[in-house]
Amino acid sequence: MTATARSAKPAATQSAVPPELQLTMLRQMLLIRRFEEKAAEAYALGKIGGFCHLYIGQEAVGVGALAALKEDDYVICSYREHGQALIKGISSRAVMAELFGKATGCSKGKGGSMHLFDAKKGFMGGHGIVGGHIPLGAGLAFASKYQGSDKVSVCFFGEAAVNIGSFHETLNMSSVWKLPVIFLCENNRYGMGTAFERVAAVTDIVEHACSYDMAAELVDGMNVLTVYDAVRRAVERARKQSQPTLLEVRTYRYMGHSMSDPLHGVYRTKDEVEEQKARDPITHLAGKLKEGRVIDQAGLDAMDAEIHAEVEDAVKFADESPDPDPEELYTDVMVD
Amino acid sequence: MATLTYRDALNQALREEMQRDENVFLMGEEVGVYQGAYKVSRGLLEEFGPKRVVDTPIAELGFAGIGVGAAMGGLRPVIEFMTWNFAVLAMDQIVNSAAKMLYMSGGQINMPIVFRGPNGAALQLGSQHSQAWESWMAHIPGLKVVSPATPADAKGLLKSAIRDNNPVIVLEGEMLYNLKGEVPDGEHIVPIGKAEVKREGSDVTLICHSKTLAVAMKAAEQLAEQDVKAEVLDLRSLRPLDEHAILESVRKTNRAVVVEEGWPHAGIGAQVVDLIQRDAFDDLDAPVQRVNQADVPMPYNKHLERAAKASPEKVAQAARRVLYLE
Repeated sequence: MTATARSAKPAATQSAVPPELQLTMLRQMLLIRRFEEKAAEAYALGKIGGFCHLYIGQEAVGVGALAALKEDDYVICSYREHGQALIKGISSRAVMAELFGKATGCSKGKGGSMHLFDAKKGFMGGHGIVGGHIPLGAGLAFASKYQGSDKVSVCFFGEAAVNIGSFHETLNMSSVWKLPVIFLCENNRYGMGTAFERVAAVTDIVEHACSYDMAAELVDGMNVLTVYDAVRRAVERARKQSQPTLLEVRTYRYMGHSMSDPLHGVYRTKDEVEEQKARDPITHLAGKLKEGRVIDQAGLDAMDAEIHAEVEDAVKFADESPDPDPEELYTDVMVD
Repeated sequence: MATLTYRDALNQALREEMQRDENVFLMGEEVGVYQGAYKVSRGLLEEFGPKRVVDTPIAELGFAGIGVGAAMGGLRPVIEFMTWNFAVLAMDQIVNSAAKMLYMSGGQINMPIVFRGPNGAALQLGSQHSQAWESWMAHIPGLKVVSPATPADAKGLLKSAIRDNNPVIVLEGEMLYNLKGEVPDGEHIVPIGKAEVKREGSDVTLICHSKTLAVAMKAAEQLAEQDVKAEVLDLRSLRPLDEHAILESVRKTNRAVVVEEGWPHAGIGAQVVDLIQRDAFDDLDAPVQRVNQADVPMPYNKHLERAAKASPEKVAQAARRVLYLE
């Protein structure tokens, strides 16, 4: 076991990550941030309907983790998945169009915010039932192993999913069958409006790995490089030894659970949110790269402007795209 | 043509499909070392090894979901539930994952998975082990549901189910596993969505599936003694329903009784009756009758249990009622 859970502390070690890769990660985090800000605006304007769960604050987790993967590895997520979808290679246009419910969306406008898919890119969906996709992540790894492929599967879920049965059933089977899967728990501390410690007997999620004889690590999710390092170790364990890993990545969401929920109030204080924002992963990495003279303020501004333009273009594309043809209602229920 | 039990017909279908396509694998409780709780998977572990005949812990939700994930990854899982009573624990994966994957992914992800196992009551197993779930399953768009009544149909429908690129629910019957019948050798396929007239008649149509085929056939014999010629239509598939076959038979006999194992409220029979009243109203000479399990949890006591189940007598009585003979 990498970390014996009882003594688990976030790993402080960081391997040397090439500056170019760090810049890429910064850009990816910024893309998610700006995309989500725009999604919030569009939601307020009624362009996006239903539930819309934003990733703002948690960008380092998705970006750090996906940087450690090969292009054809599987990623499967809960409904808070816009960020991972963008980084796995779905265009801003196709994601935004899906949020707008348009025919040009990555799920043809039939999925929406919670069901983004691009199977060709190994993005196996956003799934809407808490914990329901955890066995699916293991099943993808089962298929890889069965086929003799070296693809690994990374399954993102929130800390609230740890209380559900499918988490435990799946960890058990994945360990018994030695599946090349990484269970990446994004602990943002609140299941909707319920603090994890109010509903969980064991609050260090890594400790659950002990029950299933599984490698585990506690990871600082506000530092993209730390996430990258930990996921790299887990990926290596999966790819080379066909062994699963449980990662507890501690992060924080700045926004409400979904766009229809409050940012703070009854369940957390404004001060707490502000305190967490002081640990912002984007500000942190940008500062570090400036300090190391990898990029200067002008470079950062140019990057931000470019991303703004990309996101504006995605909104325009989504807005101008057609709704699905009415006949689409009855397609894709069954294949022939 | 060989005479096989329903159990061995299913076993033959599994064996032949696993030989035919190496992406097909069987997963479930006791399917391997123990040779299957009802011996449907007898000998498969020896022939195909533990990679393709996978024993699971008792964790229906988990292994059903791992099966769904494996299908997303390109395999063709056959997930065995020891009984459909336990599959209730896996309903989230069947309904929310398997049935919707193709649609919510905008047509990107096929779901070639089979969920199978015994359904409905056996003998004196009590409330929690004696349930027929077909109306739950058939309610869900995105699923196909088959319910074979004979060894030949069991083989042919399971083979079709395994080759189908959609999720297919195969409802078997614990009380049917020992039933013997002629089964064509080798490539015997029964298409999903095709009912079959198991006995021809002209006075009344008895519409049934799975275990109630035997009930309807016995009722037809009883009715024959009274010079009533009952036609017995075995639905075989519950989604899609063979609407053409139902309407064709009712247009011939002008009277129908729908028999099923499940409870009456929102049952399969309700769907069949809806079809008949809508599309064959003018052909009917009497309101359609239904025979179901009594609308109660199944009791343990054998007399009460017998009273709760559909029986040939109840079916014959319902038939006489639609014929205005009583």
